[in-house]
Amino acid sequence: MMERPVVERRAAALIDHTTAIQAENVHAWFDRLHALRGITMTIPERKVTAVIGPSGCGKSTFLRCLNRMHELVPGARVSGAVLMDGRDIYTPGVDPVQVRRRVGMVFQKPNPFPTMTIYENVAAGLTLAGEGSRKTLDEIVEQSLRAAALWDEVKDRLRKPGTSLSGGQQQRLCIARALAVSPEVLLMDEPASALDPASTLRIEELARDLAKDITIVIVTHNMQQAARVSDFTAFLLDGELVEYGPTNDLFTKPRERRTEDYITGRFG
Amino acid sequence: MIATRPAPGPVEEPSARTGDRQFRVLLATMAAAVPVVIGAILVALISAAWPAIHRFGAHFFVTSTWDPVAGTFGVLPFIYGTLVSSALALLLAIPLGLGVAIFLSELTPGWLRTPVGFFVELLAAIPSVVIGLWGIFVLVPWVRTTLEPVLKSALGFLPLFSGPPLGIGMLAAGLILSVMVVPFIVAVSTEVMRAVPSGQREAARALGATGWETTRTAVLPYARSGIIGAIFLALARALGETMAVTMVIGNVPQIKASLFAPAYTIPAVIANEFTEATDDLYVAALIYAGLVLFIVTVAVNALARLLVNRAARGPSVIRE
Repeated sequence: MMERPVVERRAAALIDHTTAIQAENVHAWFDRLHALRGITMTIPERKVTAVIGPSGCGKSTFLRCLNRMHELVPGARVSGAVLMDGRDIYTPGVDPVQVRRRVGMVFQKPNPFPTMTIYENVAAGLTLAGEGSRKTLDEIVEQSLRAAALWDEVKDRLRKPGTSLSGGQQQRLCIARALAVSPEVLLMDEPASALDPASTLRIEELARDLAKDITIVIVTHNMQQAARVSDFTAFLLDGELVEYGPTNDLFTKPRERRTEDYITGRFG
Repeated sequence: MIATRPAPGPVEEPSARTGDRQFRVLLATMAAAVPVVIGAILVALISAAWPAIHRFGAHFFVTSTWDPVAGTFGVLPFIYGTLVSSALALLLAIPLGLGVAIFLSELTPGWLRTPVGFFVELLAAIPSVVIGLWGIFVLVPWVRTTLEPVLKSALGFLPLFSGPPLGIGMLAAGLILSVMVVPFIVAVSTEVMRAVPSGQREAARALGATGWETTRTAVLPYARSGIIGAIFLALARALGETMAVTMVIGNVPQIKASLFAPAYTIPAVIANEFTEATDDLYVAALIYAGLVLFIVTVAVNALARLLVNRAARGPSVIRE
């Protein structure tokens, strides 16, 4: 079989998949600081997409534009479009609260609610949404904890505080909490950077597993992690999307000189 | 040149250790001074109150008569007045104070936070006698002509709001105390809420919480123990407040169900009657009342500490 030209093949690799999120010319500001300068990229459904780049390149900001979390920072602004099911989530009239239920998020530092039990933490999103049936809650809590690979470790102590768990377990608890509201997309903002290597691997395995059912976008400063965990990788630099394509191609045959310099460790 | 500096070694250590030791002794003395002072106050109160303690014993707590002429003294109406006026103050000040604190910590844009916070703290800096004057000339007439008639016509069937609207009385005392303790609740609660890590708010937001839901699920529970601490600080202040309360409460030692009726508090009776206490038993009875106030305050603080510890310890039990 004849090898197709690299660029064409890359485009094809993206086109083959259903789109979960389409970002179009997304700009973001913190007051005067122009943090994102026109990002256009397609995030495929039920794949792991990694966003890499040096500190301050805007990768976290981009992630937070995908579920309208960026605008919560005072002085923050966004322009451009983020399409889900063909509809721009920044259209006036779209409720950011609804967007965030469809696009869940896990943060850099595990942040379980310290006054809540493990059970209450997982159920928090459902309780907020008004789900009152104890039976439903029990079911979803168990499902979510199983999906987050935490059920076996905590099933006998669901009434213990969420903060009684280890750091890695707390992060999986936060993942379970995000999964409980059945999001279509899960954004992970350097989810393992505060964890030890063993816990990091578990989170990575989990991200791969979850991608069977939902779309994962993971921001990481760790290139090995991106290589291990993702199907597609985007490289951001100074608020611009430098290169985007199948992870394997990006790491082995980068098209851009800047990508090559970064992944070979010449800066960043 | 390396050799020009004397090498640090065992020569320097003894003097450094002596300095350490002296410093430690100094600090330990300062720390010990606080419980010693409290103990000394307690001893002084007990010895000065001894004639009254000896005479009335525990009956002092349950007797409602305060008759210097007959030499019969009971502190019950004063305990009642102190506790009820303080409770009333908290009842009004907690919702108001927490509302202001949530506004300042969660909703106020940065440029507005400093001036509003400044005015709230300014309220705490007004001398209580000045607040008392405002109470006499503004608050009490308003209570008499507006608030009490309105309460009476709406809720007059309750014993709480019965009787003639005098203006001066328990209600006015509770109102003026609430004005005085709100700044404490606001200042401390705002600080503890602002200290809640932003990750907690983001966690709630990312689950689809609205602004108020974020405050309710993430901020308030996290800040819970600090807020309870703020409330008890306010309570301690309310229990001990003397001047402003004396000026508006009416100073009648009685226990009436109606909030419109005049009452009396322990600090107020001590301040009002100490200079005219002529015989030893009268003086001793007033000091005994002071001892009771001391005990009440300590008890309230101990209770507060207990509550804070329990609140800080762990998650609430899931609602069944």
